[in-house]
Formats: sequence, structure tokens, C-alpha cells
Amino acid sequence: MENNNNIPIDDLTEEFVVNIGPQHPSTHGVLRLQATLDGETIKDLLPVLGYIHRGIEKMTESLGYKQSIYLTSRMDYLSAHINNQACSLAIEKGMQIEVPERAKAIRIIMAELQRLTSHELWWGSCAMDLGAVTPFFLAFRDRERILDIFEGNTGNRLTMNYITPGGVMFDVLPNFASSIKELLVKVKEHLKEYEELITGNVIFQHRLKGVGILPRELAISMGCTGPVARASGISCDVRKYHPYDGYDKLDFKEIVIDGCDSWARYKVRMEEMKQSIHIIEQLIHNIPEGEFRAKVKGVIKLPVGEYYQRVETARGELGVYIVSDGGNKPYRMKFRAASFSNLGALKPITVGAKIGDLMASMATIDLVIPDIDR
Amino acid sequence: MKSLFQYLKEVFLGFYSLWTGLKLTLYYFTHPRKEIITEQYPENRTTTINIPERFAGEVILPHDENNKHKCTACTLCEMACPNGSIKIISVQEESEDGKKKRVLDKWIYNLGMCTFCGQCIDACPQDAIIMKNSFELSVYNRNDLVKTLNKPGSKLKEKE
Amino acid sequence: MIGFSDITKWIHDSLSSALSPGWVLASEFVLAGIAVILIVVVLVVVMIYMERKVAGFMQLRLGPHRVGPWGTMQVFADVFKLLLKESFAPNSVDKFLFNLAPILVLAVSFMALAPISWAPGLQLWDMNIGILYITAVSSIGVIGILMAGWSSNNKYSLLGAMRSGAQIVSYELSAGLSIVAVIAMCGSLSVHDIIMSQADGWWIFKGHLPILFAFIVYVIAGTAEVNRAPFDLAEAESELTAGYHTEYSGMQFGMFYLTEYINMVVIAMIGSTVFLGGWMPFHIYGFDAFNGVMDYIPSFVWFFGKIFMIIFFMMWFRWTFPRLRIDQLLKLEWKYLLPLSIVNVVIVAFITVMKWHF
Repeated sequence: MENNNNIPIDDLTEEFVVNIGPQHPSTHGVLRLQATLDGETIKDLLPVLGYIHRGIEKMTESLGYKQSIYLTSRMDYLSAHINNQACSLAIEKGMQIEVPERAKAIRIIMAELQRLTSHELWWGSCAMDLGAVTPFFLAFRDRERILDIFEGNTGNRLTMNYITPGGVMFDVLPNFASSIKELLVKVKEHLKEYEELITGNVIFQHRLKGVGILPRELAISMGCTGPVARASGISCDVRKYHPYDGYDKLDFKEIVIDGCDSWARYKVRMEEMKQSIHIIEQLIHNIPEGEFRAKVKGVIKLPVGEYYQRVETARGELGVYIVSDGGNKPYRMKFRAASFSNLGALKPITVGAKIGDLMASMATIDLVIPDIDR
Repeated sequence: MKSLFQYLKEVFLGFYSLWTGLKLTLYYFTHPRKEIITEQYPENRTTTINIPERFAGEVILPHDENNKHKCTACTLCEMACPNGSIKIISVQEESEDGKKKRVLDKWIYNLGMCTFCGQCIDACPQDAIIMKNSFELSVYNRNDLVKTLNKPGSKLKEKE
Repeated sequence: MIGFSDITKWIHDSLSSALSPGWVLASEFVLAGIAVILIVVVLVVVMIYMERKVAGFMQLRLGPHRVGPWGTMQVFADVFKLLLKESFAPNSVDKFLFNLAPILVLAVSFMALAPISWAPGLQLWDMNIGILYITAVSSIGVIGILMAGWSSNNKYSLLGAMRSGAQIVSYELSAGLSIVAVIAMCGSLSVHDIIMSQADGWWIFKGHLPILFAFIVYVIAGTAEVNRAPFDLAEAESELTAGYHTEYSGMQFGMFYLTEYINMVVIAMIGSTVFLGGWMPFHIYGFDAFNGVMDYIPSFVWFFGKIFMIIFFMMWFRWTFPRLRIDQLLKLEWKYLLPLSIVNVVIVAFITVMKWHF
């Protein structure tokens, strides 16, 4: 032990590797993070993917176009409607069919309700990752009501398969508008409670402010989209820049905050919830009458070519790229998933921080693991 | 002196923000019956449980009172199914006037592979199959999940 | 009404008539030990049920309500399940320390109950340094936690144990200083003397603002000492899965669980003894008629009422607040609570010297 005096103190400490996941309460799925720790400080982070890879892209090549849509609900299961919409839009582009106005309005309402449920769940699980359990149940209260509307109108709660090429599967129920109106009153009321319970809380603010700083340049180079990029001051809302299904006729704001930290990401999502409510309120009073679905053949065949459609899911930009060889099955279907790109930002923003900060960063990036692996 | 004031203000505001949160949880603690979101499932199964009409449960092939169904064994549902959970077995049957006709023999439905996406219902041109809003579908034996939907001796319903 | 001192005297007399003095002492030790364990276990059962109901109502749920009437038998069912489960030790753990740790933490938390005065005449050991003894003994518990974390040979456990060590060592200071504030005013470390000095009003009312401040600091530091949310960094289920008791199962886990609740009882008992008068009814100096009415409420009702009030506060915090980060936790202690407590003790000393307190 005598020659220990010559060794610098740094060499006496030892780094060790902790596997956070694949079974861990705050990865919300089977993501494995190999964290190299020095005490509480993270020195290196290596995300290990593939635990829930189901080969959805490959599976679509052996299924028809219509059948592939049901698989997309299983990618980002918290924005199943929006995934279905993206896939349907890409197929409609190839078939060159015009979607009826009523179907477009229903699609947007469903997509925004879906965004609302996703952000509600994120709010609850974000607070739970930071140690507060009660918000999770408060968030589920509204989420449950929205899911009940989904269940009543589409038949399923989580993987709806409601939006199909040409429109939507069935018409909405007669009480659709009134039930949503009732719901939105409650949601708005409860958003205030969320602010009271968590947003204003001094512990919560200290956990998020200045934690997980993602600079604008890094966000661009990592390909971040959605609320994560918008919190770094990048204006990237697909609904604004490449409007689809009539988003261009609606009045809503794109929330861009130049805070770059976890707190900014939190604020962006909280504001987006209000914008989603605003969008639904514009549409709910005047859903156009008419057909809910254009005539589509039983077996869809796309002309030879490439089709790309991007939409804004709750997590960011989802791109659907279809290569068709003219047959009734896609030659290749590729999904550009938002969570996969956003995960790339996790390492640079957490190295040097504490384990608690890793949970805060991961919570505010809002990863959905099946979306990463597909 | 100013920094000391700032320090105390920070402490006070911190405590105040904690108090607003405590007030909310205390409100819900003292009003326990106001908004209970959980459902008492096995108990409420015959009373308050609300399963919507459209809920996508198991697929059934409805028969009318004369034991007749509407399936023409066209196998469109079989083709529409993404999981291969439907298998239609048909036989060639000769009617009295000598015409050959395809008739449904067995409509086999594997509930264990079904994802309740509703594509078969959407594909059916005769509206022969529907989704029942039943949801308690578990069985003890895996073979019980494979069901033959057409009843023995059932016939195709003639068009009116 | 029969006082508790009459009962204890009767037990002592009847034992002395049958046994020699040495055996009397030994059998009294055993009786007292069984009594304390029984009372504490009943308290813990009530607390676990209470925690579940409090959490349930705060989270828009019903809490346990299936096993027994209103779910009261749920706790017994859970304990029974833990008793039936295997206490599994993984291969590469340090077997001796691994098995010793839960027993040590449990024993220490029982030791801290010795000088507590439950009711007039019902006190195991009225030592003259009672409060000092409790604060000293309750900090031994951290050794058991460190032992559990180290011997588990699990990185999560180790991190949890290290966090717990840093946390308890820090928060002992401000918890101690806030008790010192009261001790300075009443001038005794004996639990009995502290309670008797509050016959004309509890210290939280007699001691002006400094004691009220000390009480708030005590509740915060006490919550931190028992490793409960928002200071549950040692367990931190969203970061370290289960912290220092990740590898424990069966009744060994049950012991850690039990210890958490007993520590809560101990913290609540010290808090109610020092600041809220222990079993002393609510008295206002000079209002003799009012004080007489208050005396009709039995003393143990007062004591347990106060304990459960402090415990409710702790549960309320747990189900409302998010968790702190480790550096914020230490910052809160060393930059906010400790300096303010030291200033507070100086003010209290000044008030005591000037005899401004009642």
C-alpha cells in the first residue's frame, strides 16, 4: 500500500458498468443502457437495442397494403392512430384517391386525441420516473376517458386500425361530438391541476431545469424531431410545413421554446396539449357531412414507384417510405421512427450527469421502445 | 443583505409551491368518492360494466332461427386476415338442376392468433361475420381457441 | 381510573411473591420486550393499512378492499405470504453479512424504543440521557443498510447503500440540532422531564417561532432519516429498482419493510415527545377548567393521536412530491437546513438566557 502515495487520487477510484435495463422500471420497455459510472456520475452510455425487434418492415413485404396498416399500430403504440394515418396517406398517394372531407376531419380529431393521450401518459410517467407516483393516476383519469371514446367509436383501445386507405373504417357514433365536448371541459380543468401539482413544484423544477441540455446544432445533427427538437429551438412541425389531411385550414401554433433542457421539453409538451385541444375544438362543431370512406378495391395495388409520406406523431416525425413493384404487396416499406433518432441524443446529453438526471432526460425525451426497434 | 433577502425568498417560494401540491392531494384525500377511476371488475361484470357495441371481441358467424348463415365461402376474409387466423373449408355441391356450387363446409377461426383488427369484417361482401363485444375469451385448453363458427347442419341463407 | 403505574406495580408485586429477585428482573425483561414488540407490530400493521388507504384515496383509487372488511386483512395476507416465501440468497453474496443485515436494522430500530414514554408510568427505562440515546442508536441503523448493500454484491444495492449512508449522516445533524433547540429550553435530556416540562403547554406553542421552525426542520430531516419519499434515494425504484434491498426476498425483505415503518414510528414518537408534549394533553397555561376537560381524554389517545398525525404528514409528502437528486439532497441539507438550524439554535439559546419563553 506504500506506493499508493504516488498515484493520483483519480486512479484510486474505479469505474463500473451498470446495466440499466432491459428490465428496469424507468426504461418503459426493453431498452438496455450500458452505463459506465464513476460513483453517481455517468461517464459513458451505450444504448443496446433489439430486444423487441419484430421485423415489422420485413413483415409488410409478405402482407398486403391493408394488412400492413395494422402492424403500424404496434410500432409506436401510443400514437397508433397517427401511424395508421401515415401509412394510409402514403398508400392513398400511390392510388391517387381523394379522401372525403368528413373522413379528413375525423382523422384529425382522432389524431389529436391520440396526441393528447400520449402526452397525458408521458406526463404521468415523467413524474413517476422522478419519484412522484400520484400524477400517474391523475393522468390516467383523462386518458381513460379518451380511450373510452376510442373504444366506443373504433372498437379498440390501443391498436385501433381505424384509419384505412380512403378514409376511416366506420362512421363515428352520433354522440361523438357531444362526448368530446364534455371531455375537453374536463381535460382543460385537469391541466390546471397538473400545473399545481407538478409544474410549479420546486423539487420537480430543480430536477429538470438545466438537466440534459441538447443544443440546437446537436439536435439537428442527431435528427431529432418533435417536441425534443422544438424544445431546442428548431421549428419542425410537419403539420405546419407539409400539411396533410387539411391541417393547413386549421389555426394552431407550433410551440418552439429555446430552452434546450429537460424543462423546455416538458413545457413544449404541456403547451402542445393545449394546442391539440384547440385544434379539436375548431373541428368538433363542424365535421362535414358526407361519405366517411372513398371507394377502395378489396386488394390494393400501387403503381410502380416510390411513395413517401411524413406525419407528426406525438414523438416527432414519422416517415413512411413505400417502394412498389406494381404488385399487391409492397416491395419495400421503411418507417422513419421518431424515437430511434431521438434516442441518439440520449448519450451526449447525459454523459457527465448523475443517474437521477439520466432518468429525467430519458423521461423528457419520451421514448417508446417498440418504436425504436420496430 | 440583498442576497440574504433573495435566499429567504427562494426558501419561502419553494415551500409555497410544495404547499399548492399538498393542497391538491389533500383535496382528493378528503373527497375520496368524488372521482374514483378504477372499476371493480369481477364484481361489476353484471352491473355497471360498459362494453361498447362496437368493441372488437371475437368474430362470430351469426345464424338465424332456421340455422342459416350468410357465408358464401368466398374466402375474402381469409385473404384479408394478416395473421392467418381464418381458414375456410368449402366443398363443391351439386344442386338439383345440375349446377355446381361452392358451399361452406367449415369456417375455422383461431382465436389465439387473432389481433382483433377487424379486417375480415371489413372485407366481407355479404356482411356474414361480425365481431361480438365479448371480452372474457380465455380458456384452459389451447385447442379450445380453435373454433368452428358454422353450426352443424347450417345452410346458406337464400337472398330475398 | 387505573393508571398504568398501578398495573406495572401489580405485575411486579405478584412476580416478586413467587420468584427470587433475579428471576423477577429476567421475567420482567421478557414481558416488557414482548409487550413492546406486540404494540409496535400492531402499530406497523395499522400503518401499512393506513398508507395503502392514504395512497389510494390520494390517487383516486379505493385502496385494498377485498380481503376482509374494507381490506383490513390485506396486511395479514401479505405478511403471511412473505413468511411462506423462501429467503433466497444469490450465490456470490457474502452470506454472513447478507443474513445479518436485516436482523441488525430491525434490532436497532427496536432499541430506539427503550426510553420512549408511552403513557404516565409506562416507560421501559427513564434514563437521564434518553433523547441522546435515541439519536445515537437510530444512527446505527445505517450500518445495517451499508452492510446489506455491500454484501449483496449488486451494483444497484451498493449505490443505494452509499446514497443512504451519505443521506443519513447529513440529516442526523439538522434533526439533532432541531431537538437541541427544545432541550436548551427545558434543560434536560430525560424523556420524562421533557414531557413534564410541557404540562403548561407544548413546546411548539411555548417556544415561539424558533421551535415551530425547529419542528418543520425536524419533520423534513426525519423523513429523510427514514429514507421515505421525497428522500427515498436509497430505494429509488425508478433509478435503482429497489436500492439496498434489491437482492432480498421473503421475510428478510419483510424485515427491511418492517424496519422502515418502525423507524417512522420512532421518528414520530420523538417528534411528538419533544415538540408536541408526548402523552401530555393539550394544556393552556392559566385555563384550568379547559385543562381539566382535556385531562379526561386518556393519555395514550393523545400520544397515538400525535404519532399518527406526524405519520400522516410523512405519507402525505410521499404521495405528493417527486424525488430529489442526490446532490440536491445534500445541498438542501448543507446549504439550507443546517445553516438555518444553527442560526435557530443561537436564537433559542438567546431566548432561553433572557427567559422569554413561557
